[in-house]
Amino acid sequence: MAEIRNYTMNFGPQHPAAHGVLRLVLEMDGETVVRADPHVGLLHRATEKLAESKPFNQSIGYLDRLDYMSMMCNEHAYVRAIEELLGIEPPPRAQYIRTMFDELTRFSNHLLWIASCGIDLGAMTVFLYAFREREMVMDMYEAVSGARMHAAYYRPGGVYRDLPESIAPYKESRWTKGKDLKRRNEWREGSLLDFIEAFAKDVPSKIDEYETLLTNNRIWKQRTVGIGVVSPEKALQMGYSGVMLRGSGIEWDLRKKQPYAMYDQVDFDVPVGVGGDCYDRYLVRVEELRQSAKIILQCVDWLKKNPGHVMLKNFKVIPPTREEMKDDMEALIHHFKLFTEGYCVPAGETYCAVEAPKGEFGCYLVSDGANKPFRVHFRAPGFAHLSSMNELARGHMLADTVAIISTLDLVFGEVDR
Amino acid sequence: MSEPTKAISELFASRFGERVKLGPMVGGIVSAEVEVESWLEVCRILRDEDEFGFEQLTDLCGVDYLSFGQSEWDTDDVSQEGFSRGVEGLGPGRFNWADRPEAAGVKQRFGVVVHLLSFRNNHRLRLRCFAPDEGMPIVPSLVEIWSSANWYEREAFDLFGIVFEGHPDLRRIMTDYGFTGHPFRKDFPLIGNVAVRYDPQKKRVVYEPVEIEPRVGVPRVLRDDSRYKADEVDQAAEATAGQIASDDAATGEQEDQNG
Repeated sequence: MAEIRNYTMNFGPQHPAAHGVLRLVLEMDGETVVRADPHVGLLHRATEKLAESKPFNQSIGYLDRLDYMSMMCNEHAYVRAIEELLGIEPPPRAQYIRTMFDELTRFSNHLLWIASCGIDLGAMTVFLYAFREREMVMDMYEAVSGARMHAAYYRPGGVYRDLPESIAPYKESRWTKGKDLKRRNEWREGSLLDFIEAFAKDVPSKIDEYETLLTNNRIWKQRTVGIGVVSPEKALQMGYSGVMLRGSGIEWDLRKKQPYAMYDQVDFDVPVGVGGDCYDRYLVRVEELRQSAKIILQCVDWLKKNPGHVMLKNFKVIPPTREEMKDDMEALIHHFKLFTEGYCVPAGETYCAVEAPKGEFGCYLVSDGANKPFRVHFRAPGFAHLSSMNELARGHMLADTVAIISTLDLVFGEVDR
Repeated sequence: MSEPTKAISELFASRFGERVKLGPMVGGIVSAEVEVESWLEVCRILRDEDEFGFEQLTDLCGVDYLSFGQSEWDTDDVSQEGFSRGVEGLGPGRFNWADRPEAAGVKQRFGVVVHLLSFRNNHRLRLRCFAPDEGMPIVPSLVEIWSSANWYEREAFDLFGIVFEGHPDLRRIMTDYGFTGHPFRKDFPLIGNVAVRYDPQKKRVVYEPVEIEPRVGVPRVLRDDSRYKADEVDQAAEATAGQIASDDAATGEQEDQNG
């Protein structure tokens, strides 16, 4: 009789459903996964060590490149940690801008998730739909920071600059012209806040479109219902956070439980799943899209009514404006000092976490009183989620691992750091 | 979240006594230092007893305390050398493998820092445990207590060389297959040790000693002056100004009387 052996195979690191550079070593018994061993670190850039060799502000750009799908949320955790050690608090307008952009970031992250998860499980159309809206969030990023993704917009003491009074319209081109051009530029005639408001008011109807494509879709449900089930106890034990936790029925959201920025001033609900499977996590994310739109509208409303500073006036930490430098010697000295040496952060340690779209993104910062961090460690949600891959995938079919990887919402920039 | 933290520090003192040293509280998180002997026991109590109830290990990381509080630029004394003082020396990241600093005999060099989260009490807690032997840092593994510690401990082992006793699968996780050294240690050069490139002659990827020079632009500076305590400085200045004013007034009155 022929000997039957388990078959070991590589899933990735160059696999479209591996969401980047995941090498998953799968031990298969026919089509069934017996053991899954993720090999990570292929995108390891030693961000934490690099941060130790630079003044505090110069590392903000690295934070964008950790979870490169939710850039500003990462910045938020780091910037908050610095602010906490310095003992400064940004002005309320900056806090509202941060809240709004955190939600826009959540929006763009979940849109990308729904798009890529759809494409992984064979639903092509939702990809095109979601990228249509995501493009607008990228435009908002560009309007405030000049960069579509890697914004470096949040700074200790506030945000880099106030929201602009205009947003770049589409120019006429071979692809965009006539009626089409007019339609696309309709929202872009006023300020950025007008654009965001028009977007957030319109977007629930767009979310309905995604739901028409997926929520009751028979194939979608066959691929996700009952796949990758996590019990609440397991979810806690395995270090889950964010949607992975809420999908399993634990009502836990840092925005509600340990509020930061202006989350205690805005009204929103926290969706919770029941079954803890891939389908519930999908439902939770879709509902979070709707809640984000709600928060964004409240922030827009406040920001329109309350102009003011978006940065503290503390030259020991925050560089003066160009105009001030032109005719104030003191400002010039501060500018020189801040850009050559940076500011020193009082000795101490802190841990600041934000509810990033993927879960709890934390920043553990140790300072010994120098102008560079002594040690900084980023707690990435995806790292904890991926570490449970073996438990999740065991006993499932090979095709289901794709669904599981997808709903973990992994980005290897943050897993590998 | 700030309310119950005061209670928890009292709870700590009564439950653990000498075994746990409490540190200062920043941002509503209690920080505690645990001896390596009671590491597992304390953690088990923290998870199991209702009053603590730390169901989740949120984060675990290693810290290398070598060169803690050292600067590359002496800011206390005045000298004639100016800015050039700042760019000499082999501070963090400014050395290559051959010139790496001596790290022998540093007490309490490697620490393991754990962040715990209690969902039912909405608390956070930071625990720190120092490895007793800096040459071969060994700390008991927490995988038995919180399974989420698994990969975090692998990471700390990989990057700092901290060995977690009792870990079921202590392999490297972040670095390359076949990597030597522990890159996040403070005596590991920032530029690394080997460079990798594709060799067209050999038709494969080759590893070579790294050729680039270490280059860190900004010197590491510690400043203990009170520049960040703007409020205190202002208050002190106002107080002195007030003092001088009242002194002046008093002497003025005296002079008037004398006159």
